[in-house]
Amino acid sequence: MKASILIFALISSLVWSVVGHATEDFIFSERDTLHIRTLAASCAVCHGTLGNAVGENKPMETVSLAGQDPNLIVGRLMDYRAGKRTSTVMHHHAKGLTVDEINLLAQHFAQQKVVKRYPPQSQVLKEGSR
Amino acid sequence: MMNTNRRDFLKTVTAASLMLAQSVAFAMARKPPMGRVVVIGGGYAGTTAAKYLRMWSLGGIEVVVVERASQFVSCPMSNLVLGGVKSIHDLTFGYDLVKKHHGIKWVQDEVTAIDTASKTVKMNRGELTYDRLIVAPGVDFSDDQLPELQSPKVQQLIPHAWKAGWQTVNLRQQLEAMRDGGVFVMSVPKAPYRCPPGPYERACQVASYFKAHKPNSKVIVLDANLEVTSKKGLFMKAWAELYPGMVEYRPDHAVLSVDVTTRTVRTEFDKIKADVLNVIPPQRAGKPAQMADLLEPDYPWCEVDFLTYESKRVPFVHVIGDSVASGLPKSAHVATSQARICASAIVEIMQGGEPDPMPVFANTCYSFVDDKQAMHVANVFRYDAAKKIMVPTEGGGVSAKPSEQEGAYAMSWANNIWSDVLT
Repeated sequence: MKASILIFALISSLVWSVVGHATEDFIFSERDTLHIRTLAASCAVCHGTLGNAVGENKPMETVSLAGQDPNLIVGRLMDYRAGKRTSTVMHHHAKGLTVDEINLLAQHFAQQKVVKRYPPQSQVLKEGSR
Repeated sequence: MMNTNRRDFLKTVTAASLMLAQSVAFAMARKPPMGRVVVIGGGYAGTTAAKYLRMWSLGGIEVVVVERASQFVSCPMSNLVLGGVKSIHDLTFGYDLVKKHHGIKWVQDEVTAIDTASKTVKMNRGELTYDRLIVAPGVDFSDDQLPELQSPKVQQLIPHAWKAGWQTVNLRQQLEAMRDGGVFVMSVPKAPYRCPPGPYERACQVASYFKAHKPNSKVIVLDANLEVTSKKGLFMKAWAELYPGMVEYRPDHAVLSVDVTTRTVRTEFDKIKADVLNVIPPQRAGKPAQMADLLEPDYPWCEVDFLTYESKRVPFVHVIGDSVASGLPKSAHVATSQARICASAIVEIMQGGEPDPMPVFANTCYSFVDDKQAMHVANVFRYDAAKKIMVPTEGGGVSAKPSEQEGAYAMSWANNIWSDVLT
């Protein structure tokens, strides 16, 4: 039952439309949502599915982006992009994004439901498997 | 095209081989299925594609994964088993949660043939038809090169440990059993191969173990490439500073043959006897990709359209992950990024739409230089409409130096990618 609520939350949070502001070289079309959903999903590797990272948001853990203030996300990414804020890895990512993408990513993550996520439970490797 | 319903599915797969996910939770699929996608391979790429196909189609696409293994064992972090930092059991997971949460159908079986004309995948215990097929088999080892290392018996003596699992454990046990003052010899195949920085991280992990427990021992890296293929400056510096006199790196030293009984390798220049030997074999696209004739005639990888990951050779068949000829690093992050672009495109196409004409995605890859410190390479890749390939954008790069902070972020990366792929 819990799973179905989670799934419903995940899915319902996907259904929304993006209002883009074309501020740069990058002109968005009606494919905005499609473009941003896969770009945002690429962030899941560190920031979790739909922006909900595992862990407790402690120092030395990647932060959750779901439900964050979009202005905060935009501010951080623009600072990384401009080299005004130091980071281990994020400046390498922020510099590869357009301003439009940064704005839309911030809106995308701000609109995601905050969901507690966990890493999967590890298990004993079975004998005889490859 | 939409001739697939559950009855067909059960007809074509024997019930015993089929583990129907508890799709009760997925009563979302009120409308009839948009079609069936069969995914071959439950690694980083295949499992991610299956999950996101279900999510983005709102349960409208029926997704069946065919995977021969019953467990997922992570290649990322598996070098830490050799360093003694992690156990293989820390990196082993089940598929239950991702199946249950997303209503993915799952067949544990081995693919024996693929008929792309009749859109049928044949397995030991049945067959499946598809509307679209995703082939995500990872890498295969080229058996025309170093044939003396092919048998499972020989691989007990000389494990490649390039797919995480019992071979990783075996290699660790050999290192533990080795005398102090022994020589560990490992080889790196010509690029492209799975995980460009992986071999050099492995050299660091073995050296880290030796430094603490067998300080008179040596690590010799025989590289078929002309130089370190990833994070070069950082690895050279780590070897010089963390393991002075212990790691010996020999570029342009392809392994030509191996004397199995004496663990002696021959290169163009020399013969080296090892106490523990780890030959990472040359690689090509995985066997299911070979079965479907997806490899280029003169190049053992699969050419695809980077908007959809559909094969350039066979329609309705998509290839993602390490088997793709992309020019990008064969990393877990790239595999999952390709999987999501492919899933998104298939969802659109099955609804009569068009895929994103300008996909963008990221790659982040960490390597540990000892038990705590890691360093990264990170890039954003963007579709170049003129060249029709994914190209790195300006601004990517590597760490200034390895650090414990990045070691912690690397573990965070692992926990998040495992959660994203497997739950």
